[in-house]
Amino acid sequence: MAEKVIAGKTVQVNDEGYFTDPSQWTKEMAAEMAKEYGIELTDKHYQVIDFLRERYLAGEALTIRRVGNSGIVDIKGLYQLFPGGPLKISSKLAGIPKPASCV
Amino acid sequence: MSKTDEKPLKKVCIICAKGTIEDVYATLVLANGAVMEGIEARVFFTFFGLDAITKSQMKKLHTATVGNPALRMPGGIPFPSLLGILPGVEAGVSAMMKSQMEKLDIPPVDEFLEMITAGGGEIYACKLAMDMFKLKKEDLWEGVSGVLTVGEFYGMCGGENTQIIFT
Repeated sequence: MAEKVIAGKTVQVNDEGYFTDPSQWTKEMAAEMAKEYGIELTDKHYQVIDFLRERYLAGEALTIRRVGNSGIVDIKGLYQLFPGGPLKISSKLAGIPKPASCV
Repeated sequence: MSKTDEKPLKKVCIICAKGTIEDVYATLVLANGAVMEGIEARVFFTFFGLDAITKSQMKKLHTATVGNPALRMPGGIPFPSLLGILPGVEAGVSAMMKSQMEKLDIPPVDEFLEMITAGGGEIYACKLAMDMFKLKKEDLWEGVSGVLTVGEFYGMCGGENTQIIFT
């Protein structure tokens, strides 16, 4: 576990950079972390992030299929929003743990 | 060699030659898992594996109830081979496997293939096996990128940090 300063605030992250306490997360942090991936967050990105946080906090296991069926974006669109890691990168930006799912 | 010296995997080329639920899903999970990690994936279906990308068969995959020593009843009792030969038993067991997978959000074959291609994964069919089973390109799922000889497939498997996986 480590501390990291994101958007001017100190948060707890694990050694891969995922939040260990999702309640420390803010939208500004997501935007700043996205820059590391070369992603400029749009409303669509935030809708996916909100969906992931909501589902995670409801205790659900997250999969890209579930995001694809959310009505927000299809799976192809999800790959375009978060290139190279549709679920991994979006979860990191959403301030939730790395998804432990294989799908 | 420490972990930090390892170069990350860039591409996987997966070959599926069998048409049972478990063989096909092993292939699909590996391919989808790769694209989700930003790893390129190319999948080559050959022999009975072609069933997974043949429109008339892809929704009817079965798992073998005879000659499958790892098959057990719910509760862990070995599945008797003599029961497995009865009509409808294999279909029932296969339907049960599929419903268990659906609970884990593992999609049916066609949807799974769509997820893989949505992430940039490519699906290919083996020319020799197509000729053998008298299949035409029109018989295959629409998302198949092409029908290849084994040499052509190998031609796509070059590059640094590429692995070929036979499921």
